[in-house]
Amino acid sequence: MSALSLSAPGFRITLPQGLSLGGAAVLAPCALAVPAGRITALLGASGAGKSTLVRLAAGLLPLPPGGTVETSDNRPLKGRLAWMAQQDLLVPWKDALGNVLLGAHLRGHKPDIGRALDLLRQVGLIEADAAKSPAQLSGGMRQRVALARTLMEDRPVVLMDEPFSAVDAPTRHRLQELAARLLAGRTVLLVTHDPLEALRLADRILVLQGRPAAPMELSVPAGTPPRPARDPALLAAQAELLERLAA
Amino acid sequence: MRALAAALGILLLWQGFTWATDMPPFLLPSPWRVAQALAARWDILAGHALVTAIEMLAGLALGALLGCGMALTLAAWRGGRRWLLPLLLVSQAVPVFAIAPLLTLWLGYGMGSKVAMATIIIFFPVATAFYDGLRRTELGLLDLAHSMDAPRAALLWRLRVPAALPALASGLRVAAAVAPIGAVVGEWVGASAGLGYQMMQANGRSQADVMFAALFILALMALALWFTTDRLLRRAIPWQPDSLLSEETSR
Repeated sequence: MSALSLSAPGFRITLPQGLSLGGAAVLAPCALAVPAGRITALLGASGAGKSTLVRLAAGLLPLPPGGTVETSDNRPLKGRLAWMAQQDLLVPWKDALGNVLLGAHLRGHKPDIGRALDLLRQVGLIEADAAKSPAQLSGGMRQRVALARTLMEDRPVVLMDEPFSAVDAPTRHRLQELAARLLAGRTVLLVTHDPLEALRLADRILVLQGRPAAPMELSVPAGTPPRPARDPALLAAQAELLERLAA
Repeated sequence: MRALAAALGILLLWQGFTWATDMPPFLLPSPWRVAQALAARWDILAGHALVTAIEMLAGLALGALLGCGMALTLAAWRGGRRWLLPLLLVSQAVPVFAIAPLLTLWLGYGMGSKVAMATIIIFFPVATAFYDGLRRTELGLLDLAHSMDAPRAALLWRLRVPAALPALASGLRVAAAVAPIGAVVGEWVGASAGLGYQMMQANGRSQADVMFAALFILALMALALWFTTDRLLRRAIPWQPDSLLSEETSR
């Protein structure tokens, strides 16, 4: 993993004129810095522009006039990032293994079946699950497959847009531990609406606030992620963050 | 089983109706009379049925192929959409009955004109259903593929096309259901063989029982074609959701 953190670049999105979608100003003029090899959590109310920022970084949305995405090594992010969404986005015509191998399939590369099976095992699926179709898997298992698919891409930068919000709380808890372990050393931008998730996983927490919104940095509890959920300092920070988001 | 019982019920009603009203057989023959005609002319009818079946199957194959080609072209070629979409609509706006004489004129009295007619009828549902499916790929999937640096061709062939297969299957089911229309209309306009031709001949000689016999065979063939198509599509696309089927099996 150390080799990876050396190669994982940090990046910075700068929007000198903010961003408007459909005539409405969504983001105020702002900059969002995501440090290399760390997990940066981005919180904010619905519609605050969290997903928009991730999509800008992923190149899924065109940058507004003057907008830039700069990296710490001055090479473009394209080809170096993996994207994980709220929906598992598993394709129904492939089994779990085939979904993990989707990237290689789309690019026409030779599939590394051994590594895919290994990743499926790491996210907690047994051998028999690999041949199951998405319809045969539970929501939590599907999201595990999606996590394995994201890791299979083996990209230094990982953008996650509310990746665990569609699963139940205990599953989410387990998936967070898994993700923190398996994503170590990568540059991660994690969009979430769950204060606890941000406080457990993030090295850095940003909150999108105001209208139009701009990111503000908050302090994180001591300790390295994944932080234990029962830590009193973390729970106090959660209450504070929740009130801040609800304000 | 229930379908068989329903068919039997209708036949009994029909038989009873012809008995009760003493309907002359040249207007409405009894099922029994139709069955006799069917048995007596079985060899001739079977020969004609084979011709119609070949026309239907050839039309289905050609129409499905052309329909898929059209849908893929529309999906892949942005500039072509403006030109091809009106063409697609015109192919259906002009009633096939109206162009049937022309096709017979150009392609002759043989199978060619009937296959062409069936192809024109089948082409449209396949093209529109598949094209609709190709357009409706989940946006999240396209984003995902984009983040995976999928080349443009892979987006079409490895994402849009498999995602559109259930829609294509709907189109093919409709196509299988309307395939007999093209073939039979073609045979009415001008032919030397086929069930449609046989029906015209029988009509001219007031042989209503033969007409019904031909119709019966046509209906059986249409049913067989639809159910075979449906079965094959289910097997080919096992992941397509079918909430009605799962409702039946869970009962």
